[in-house]
Amino acid sequence: MTSRPPVLSVRGLSVRFLMPGGRRIAAVTDAHFDVAAGECLALIGESGCGKSVLASALLGLLPANAQAAGEARLGCLDLLTADERTLARRVRGRLIGLIPQSPAAHLTPVRTVRSQLEETVAALTGTRGRAAVRVASETAAERAAFPTGHLDSHPHELSGGLAQRAATALALVGGAPLLLADEPTTGLDRDLVDHTVDELRRHVDSDDHEDGTGRALLMITHDLMAAERIADRVAVMYAGRIVELTDARTFFGTPGPRHPYSRGLLQALPQRAFTPVPGMPPELGDLPDGCAFAPRCERASEACTALPSMSGQVACHHPHVPEDLRA
Amino acid sequence: MLELRAITAGYHTKAPVVRGASLTVAPGESVGLLGPSGCGKSTLARVAALLHRPDSGTLLLDGEPVRSWRHRAPRAQRTAFGVVFQQPRLSADPRLRLTDLIAEPLRATGRRGGIEERVCELAASVGLTPDLLDRRPHEVSDGQLQRACLARALALRPRWLICDEMTAMLDASTTAALVAAVEDYRATSGAGLLAVGHDQVLLDRWCDRTIHWEDVTGRTTPTTGRLPQASGRRQPSVVPPAGER
Ligand code: SF4
Repeated sequence: MTSRPPVLSVRGLSVRFLMPGGRRIAAVTDAHFDVAAGECLALIGESGCGKSVLASALLGLLPANAQAAGEARLGCLDLLTADERTLARRVRGRLIGLIPQSPAAHLTPVRTVRSQLEETVAALTGTRGRAAVRVASETAAERAAFPTGHLDSHPHELSGGLAQRAATALALVGGAPLLLADEPTTGLDRDLVDHTVDELRRHVDSDDHEDGTGRALLMITHDLMAAERIADRVAVMYAGRIVELTDARTFFGTPGPRHPYSRGLLQALPQRAFTPVPGMPPELGDLPDGCAFAPRCERASEACTALPSMSGQVACHHPHVPEDLRA
Repeated sequence: MLELRAITAGYHTKAPVVRGASLTVAPGESVGLLGPSGCGKSTLARVAALLHRPDSGTLLLDGEPVRSWRHRAPRAQRTAFGVVFQQPRLSADPRLRLTDLIAEPLRATGRRGGIEERVCELAASVGLTPDLLDRRPHEVSDGQLQRACLARALALRPRWLICDEMTAMLDASTTAALVAAVEDYRATSGAGLLAVGHDQVLLDRWCDRTIHWEDVTGRTTPTTGRLPQASGRRQPSVVPPAGER
């Protein structure tokens, strides 16, 4: 992988929701990971596994009944302790560019793409003067491969692909070193999925960022095919915990993942066995003491009543070892 | 036999979203209809499920032309269909507990006794655990709610299932689980399936044959060749699998 220092460094991040009646929901527990410049980390898992909550925590967008603990360092800033003013002025847009789940809904419907881009350029960059802002906006559009001929369109006039590019152009304006893409491919046709992730990858690889490095990309997705196409590393989340964090090529190729849940997820793909992981994920408000995957796991044993810790790349008492796989 | 012939349909007569579409599903057969989003395939699926009256064209249900749609359709025709849509949150009444959601068609058709047992049976067939049945839609995940919507679609033992992008919002494991539940039902009931989607790999894996939208609406669509009366289930149709590439 890369030896560059991480852009984002997450240590022991946990998020709890306090519910009426004193119930506590453990949405994210003890997450550790880094994302470096020029690298894409895909955070994958079923809906409700906590991955979107993790993204909200990084952006300071958790609801009022949530409590976050741990550390999420972006440069010298800890995102979890930063106040709203800092998050609004320095983080969102400037340090983290958000690529949203449904770009059409993210764009303001009554304004043209040009006017939204110009407003963002004026707010996030030092550009002053109408002509200069106009030029900078067109440059921003081009960077995201948004055709300048469509700049005067309203969001509803755009195809899904163009809306996605418009949203990406907006996310890139502030020159943020970290891009955060939250389910950017949901509901898109496969061609458009490929196209979207290829473009995101281009922004990770290109050195158009100020200090000559590519951007870091954290992509949150349940789309394993999209993750395979774009990611350098993969983190698998189950019931609020990262249970495996590994190189994408190892994960999707041979020998494949080591955690039984990761293996089950891959085997569910129609390209593979098309068999579901039996059962359903547990309730985050009522997690067992031991491994949360145990009720669904064919490898579960007595040992699994104790919580498995992350050792190396996997949190499991009986991970698959490459020997198993050759047999 | 479910036959759509030269269907034109839409929401404004001047600008139909479906023009001259034809396709056939034999009893027990599973047909995947593949098309990009926004092409009109969902509208065609709604016509096939008697939920949207076409502007022109014919829908034949076991040789009988369908004359009325929606609530005007005769009950026997309406209840022959089970339908599952893409977005469970839009097709589930947010006030209903899952158990009542699943029981909706049973109550609507005047069934009195045995509702509870039937709901339990249906819930089990889609992998919903009993503790979830007392919850309301906002208290369950998209995947769990979609399981409930599938259970609701199966409640009256339909002879035809129409699944419109049923798994587009779901993760791989939930997708595989829902498809398995549909196929288990079809294996015991012999029901036919029209699965509409944009994911060719999924449809190819799931269905007996996959047809492409442009072949359904194009001139070359085999609308006239009479299909043999299929008797058994999963009988392959004589229509060439246009989707094979
Ligand atoms: S710790 Fe045990 S139950 Fe959990 S995934 Fe590993 S083998 Fe399965």
